[in-house]
Amino acid sequence: MANVKPRVKVPKSANAGEVITIKTLISHPMESGQRRDKEGNLIPRQIINSFKCEFNGTPVFSCDIEPAVSSNPYFEFKARVPESGEFKFTWVDDDGSVYEETKKIEVK
Amino acid sequence: FAATTSLSFPVLAANDAQDIINAFTGGAEAGEGALTLDAPEIAENGNTVPIEVTVDSPMSEDDYVEAVLIVADGNPNASVATFHFTPMSGEALASTRIRLAKTQDVIAVAKMSNGTFAMDRKTVKVTIGGCGG
Repeated sequence: MANVKPRVKVPKSANAGEVITIKTLISHPMESGQRRDKEGNLIPRQIINSFKCEFNGTPVFSCDIEPAVSSNPYFEFKARVPESGEFKFTWVDDDGSVYEETKKIEVK
Repeated sequence: FAATTSLSFPVLAANDAQDIINAFTGGAEAGEGALTLDAPEIAENGNTVPIEVTVDSPMSEDDYVEAVLIVADGNPNASVATFHFTPMSGEALASTRIRLAKTQDVIAVAKMSNGTFAMDRKTVKVTIGGCGG
C-alpha cells in the first residue's frame, strides 16, 4: 500500500538494564470492513493485522491487531535494554505488505 | 421463583466478547487487582479512544505477563487487540487507540506465565460512534 510511513521513538542511549518507553505510529487508513461506499457496497477490510518489536533478534513485544484499532495505529510499550544494539519493528498489512523500521540504542 | 432466578442471569452481550474471553482463559477464573485498564469515562469521538493496560508483574524470566487480550462488548466484532509481552518488555504496559461503535464496556484480560489470569473492565460513554461511514 502506498503512503504507509512508520514512525518510531526510541531514546538514543540508556543505562544497562534500564526499562525504556517506545512509541510507534504507522500511517494507515485501517479500513475496517464495516463501512459502505455511496452505492451501499461494503468496502473490503484492509488493516495492519500485526506488529512486533525485537531487540537484537529477541522478541520484546508484539500485538495481534483487529479492525477495532484506530487508523494510524499507535502503540506505546516498554523494553528492557541489556546492551547496546538495535530494535527492529515490523508491521504486516492484510495485503501482504511488510513495513520495517530499525533504531539503534547505545548503552552508556 | 422463576422470575427471580432469571434476574441473576447475565445480560446477553451484543457480540461474542464472552466467548473470546473464555477461549483466551480456557474457562479459568480471572482475578481482579493485578491488571489495570485505563480508558476515558466519556469519549467524544469513538474513532480514536485511548486505552492503556498495566499489569503488576516483576517481568522476570520465571514470572511475567504473557499476553493481554482486549475486547469491546458493544462493537460489531468484539476483538480489539492482543498484546504479547516477554521478560524483555521490562514492564507489562501497553497503550493504543481503539474504535468504539457506541457506549459499551472495554474488557482486558491478562495471562500470566504461571497460568493465572487477571481482568479489568471500564465502561466508556461514546458520543459519536466509530464504526460507520
